[in-house]
Amino acid sequence: MDILQILVSESFWAASLRIATPLIFGVLGALLCEKSGVLNLGIEGIFVAGAMAGWMAVWLGLGLWGGVIVAASAGAFFGLIHAILTVPLGLSQHVSGLGVTLFATSVSYFTYRTALPNVSSPPRIEPFRALDIPILSDLPILGPVLFQQTALTWLAFLCVGLVWYVMNRTALGVALKAVGDNPSSVDAQGLSVYALRMGAVIAGSALMALGGAFLTMSAFDAFFFGMVNGRGWICIALVIFASWRPGKALLGALLFGAFDALQVRLQTEVGALVPGQVFLMAPYILSIIALVIAARSADYPRALLTPWFKGQR
Amino acid sequence: MRIEPRTRSSRALTFGVPVLSALIALALAAVPLAFAGANVFTAYGEMARGVFGSMFAVSEMLTRATPLIFTGLAAALAFRAKLWNIGAEGQLYLGAMAAVAVGAGWIDAPGLVLIPLIILAGCAAGAAGMALPAMLKTRFGADEVVTTLLLNFVILIFLQMMLEGPLQDPMGLGWPQSSPILDQGMLPPLMERMRLHSGLIIALVCAVVAQFMLARSVWGFRLRAVGENAAAARHAGIRVNRSLMSVALVSGALAGMAGVSEVAGLKGYLTSDLSPGFGYTGIVVAMLAGLNPLGVVVSAIFIASVFVGADSMSRAMGVSSYLADLVVAMSLLCVLIGGFFARFRITRVRPGQESAA
Repeated sequence: MDILQILVSESFWAASLRIATPLIFGVLGALLCEKSGVLNLGIEGIFVAGAMAGWMAVWLGLGLWGGVIVAASAGAFFGLIHAILTVPLGLSQHVSGLGVTLFATSVSYFTYRTALPNVSSPPRIEPFRALDIPILSDLPILGPVLFQQTALTWLAFLCVGLVWYVMNRTALGVALKAVGDNPSSVDAQGLSVYALRMGAVIAGSALMALGGAFLTMSAFDAFFFGMVNGRGWICIALVIFASWRPGKALLGALLFGAFDALQVRLQTEVGALVPGQVFLMAPYILSIIALVIAARSADYPRALLTPWFKGQR
Repeated sequence: MRIEPRTRSSRALTFGVPVLSALIALALAAVPLAFAGANVFTAYGEMARGVFGSMFAVSEMLTRATPLIFTGLAAALAFRAKLWNIGAEGQLYLGAMAAVAVGAGWIDAPGLVLIPLIILAGCAAGAAGMALPAMLKTRFGADEVVTTLLLNFVILIFLQMMLEGPLQDPMGLGWPQSSPILDQGMLPPLMERMRLHSGLIIALVCAVVAQFMLARSVWGFRLRAVGENAAAARHAGIRVNRSLMSVALVSGALAGMAGVSEVAGLKGYLTSDLSPGFGYTGIVVAMLAGLNPLGVVVSAIFIASVFVGADSMSRAMGVSSYLADLVVAMSLLCVLIGGFFARFRITRVRPGQESAA
């Protein structure tokens, strides 16, 4: 059976992991924002900004890790805008997020076009290379799958652990979760609701931007218009699927990556029977179905979408 | 410092804030313009000439504003009920597909019959596109923001499938485009040798009707009540889900109409680049209008001016045309902040007074 052959192939699992990496960053970032009570629909634009800023930093000679830092800073900047609009000003999180997406996307495209006015094929950069650790890479199956990945994939895994640890094992995490559930109780303890929420949105947005940076600095080696192509929105759906838990977020992103890698391979196998577009549609339809199923049992942050003002009940 | 709601919002504030916000956004656009190395004053001069410089320019601008009025109305009505329809882009394409399916030769009827049929089909398709997310929301509690967004992608892929399959023009040499709409099915043009078409008239009528329905009808009252406080509305005996469903259908139909107007008013046939994001821009149009249907007309004209003006400016000055998107995005952010100051005032509180709050 063809599917079985695909499922045991190393290249399939390596590709799954590669497709999942930007989603892991994105879901973690969105999760962090939403845990504090702020929905961040700026994610799609922040992906574009991260991809553009990271690429441009490397192109200008700041080095790969310099690019990562620049991308995260760009994400934090757009996160700051969203945080100011939604936290102290308490504006509609939906509309502010869409505004940030439009703004971040157009700033990135404008900057790219201004820097390179008449370039038909985008200039390439030297991207992250696969980490090759001598003995571990020689392990059967696991070796090639894990050690065909670049440093950014490892960073994504590290971030999952970090976010899980902060949320479940630190006082900051307790405060963060409380601010998304019952901000008044956090205020009563003398902590600043504004600072916690804004901090979470800024940090979460920096993480999202790394997802974008992975696209230009690891997956492809150039920046294209429209390269993010809905990955940010998928992350918003995946957060609900993960019911706001970092571990399940990782699982969701990996499942999604595996499914996407599978559809590419199936498409070449049975392409004659079914139009290719059916496979392209599938991830979005699956996301919607997952959303409907998860919405029933979702353990969502109680104060999500609700602005909080000091001195008002 | 303390933030407190204004007890009453003056008329001057409601109308002044969006205008001021738009002007601030235009002024802020001078920064990227200078960054791109253009003379800011010459650039704005070119922009104004591109919009108001000739009859042709004005007609082009109004042609661009027409779909934005439809998508702006679609967003404004839904948002009034706090139904976040982000799927106007997809609903627009559903409307356009239905228009082509009916109008490109399937039915050969005189224009008086064919045009209404095309419009009806387009609106029905758009409404159907919004009915699904609205049902998922009212039945299962699935967030409509995410479902409408994801459906945009599904519909775009479906469109490509249709344009390479059933809707493909057999005379089109294999290009992914539909057969042209029959001549008598096209919305009549408004002026000789101009692209402006009667879709604009339909859009204006829709805006007036929407304004009337929202302000004066029981339907509009229910819709506003649901938007302001769904729990209170339910308590008062309003069937919230039914209200949401009805506004969802109207919103989808208006977005579908944007597709009909573009394909049967302007282009004549359907390709997958019919809309340069009219669905998403409609959200900005609606916000800039303060979700007011008549205001949508004004803000659609403003946004269309930015796009058309920036296009001609970028040609004249060699500045990237993404500047237009940048101005539109900045207008949205400015109007959001402006809206905050229209609703709240910030008062200084002396240290000792703080606890009194």
